[in-house]
Amino acid sequence: MILNQEQQELLDGKKGAAMAKVVKTLKMYGDCFDAEKMVPVTGDHGHLVTSFGLSVLKPVYEIMDELIAEGVLAKQSFSVDPRPTEKNVPANFLQNVFFKVMYSKQNMYEQQLSKLGLMDESAFTCTCYETEVGNQPRFGDVLSWAESSAVVYANSVLGARCNRNSGIIELFGSIAGFVPYFGLLTDEGRKADWIIEVDTTSKPEAQVLGSAIGMKVLEDVPYIKGLDKWLGTELNDAVCDYLKDMGAATASNGAVGLYHVENLTPEAKAQREELVKEGAAVYRIDDAKLARIQANYPVIWKDPAAEPKMCFIGCPHLSSLQLKEWTNSICDMLKQHGQKKVAIPTVFTASPKVAEKFRKTSEYQSLANAGIVLSSICPLMYMNNPLCGKMPVITNSNKLRTYTTARYYRDEEILEKLTKGGV
Amino acid sequence: MKTFKGRVIVPGNIKAEALVTKSGFNTLASFQKSLMFGDKEAKCSDQNNPELFGKPMQGKVLCLPQTIGSTTGGMVLYAATKMERQAACFLFSQKIDSLAAAGTILSAVWTNTPVPTIDCLGLEFLDYVKSGMLVTVEEDGTVTVDQ
Repeated sequence: MILNQEQQELLDGKKGAAMAKVVKTLKMYGDCFDAEKMVPVTGDHGHLVTSFGLSVLKPVYEIMDELIAEGVLAKQSFSVDPRPTEKNVPANFLQNVFFKVMYSKQNMYEQQLSKLGLMDESAFTCTCYETEVGNQPRFGDVLSWAESSAVVYANSVLGARCNRNSGIIELFGSIAGFVPYFGLLTDEGRKADWIIEVDTTSKPEAQVLGSAIGMKVLEDVPYIKGLDKWLGTELNDAVCDYLKDMGAATASNGAVGLYHVENLTPEAKAQREELVKEGAAVYRIDDAKLARIQANYPVIWKDPAAEPKMCFIGCPHLSSLQLKEWTNSICDMLKQHGQKKVAIPTVFTASPKVAEKFRKTSEYQSLANAGIVLSSICPLMYMNNPLCGKMPVITNSNKLRTYTTARYYRDEEILEKLTKGGV
Repeated sequence: MKTFKGRVIVPGNIKAEALVTKSGFNTLASFQKSLMFGDKEAKCSDQNNPELFGKPMQGKVLCLPQTIGSTTGGMVLYAATKMERQAACFLFSQKIDSLAAAGTILSAVWTNTPVPTIDCLGLEFLDYVKSGMLVTVEEDGTVTVDQ
């Protein structure tokens, strides 16, 4: 990789040892992928994946301390993934004790983040690209982000350019103000290796379709045909929500950083099949395949027949529209079943700013009356508490299913269980 | 005995026992419990990986296609190295992925114990090597597997 004079001087230690190590890390990272140069980060804000003050992550805090001590801070402010805990989320005494021990460095870590360039106190969400949050990149922006679900959304739906960076690397890009030019930053790297033919008899469940695509293509780029039949050709709020959830499943069940949807996502609309590489493999997805995939998800509850003790909706965090729609659907179904409250303790998760806005609506009172908690935590970090992981928890999130013991159900199955009860 | 040649990501000389997974290595899921609960052997905690689940990873030559899963992966590999729970070496059959690359590079630049890492060893390598075999890794990317 050829560095320009300024980058070379940073590598040589002109701005101190910590900055030199930051640039050395980025250069070695780029060299792995044959990057020939660094390019400026043009997005207004970064996004970090590491939001949790796990007591055992001392090595990470040491890097942060070293950077702060030498004044090596981010050139752009950043948002960060959700906090791990909140008082309003149900947890028993022992679980709470465990949370306190597990995340004992949370306050200290948040102070580090503030010093390094955190946007504000409420910038803790995996859906930083929602308009309420204020970190929505422009088409073509070069980003230094991590958080797989945010990266795949920014690339695919917004047309920004970002590699699937790891935690710490994304911070280094925001500090240096440049990132190595390779992979999804390049035109060639954004071309599709796969054509996915969606051939279903109804709109496929976003979370299962994403899972099917991710498991097949792994880290490749898919060009999805046939989905515009169900989603239309305009990126309205409902369609963006669908793509958010589908993308999160492609990224967690595989390692997808970018997908294109024919006639819908910005690059697919502009470039059409020119985006598809010659000789791209074809994978057809029909109703039977989706049903088979869902049926094969392992159930790792100790007692697979156990009654669910909790339900999480919102991984990735729910949008304003999703909060409204879920609330209305649950209230309608409760009414149909002659119930007033949900049968299973349920937590909806959304970004602090989306949640704040929703709390001012009439639907919020209906949500609270139905016994549902609105929170901004990361359900994954909740489930990482071993005492929570032992509980039978259900979710409509394929990402949460993948990383924890939570059991996946489709939206309509979740609705039934919440309003009628029982597995 | 068979010899393979790959691309050097982090150079080093190592002789140790192989631990092999033919499916993607989920870094966060694999190291999560050992990092959280102080298991010095770093037994793999990924329930979705039957080849590795419950097996000690510390000090082994980890042979894998690529890593998968959370973008915390690189940070987790770095933390494992700093906490002395790391594998002795990473041998990738495919081109290294961005998360694993981040982890091995962070370990090389920010710790005193870089973990030798070689990629592009090919499918034949992963077909040949089995857990328990003795593997010798040289600085130039030469990997020798003894049966």
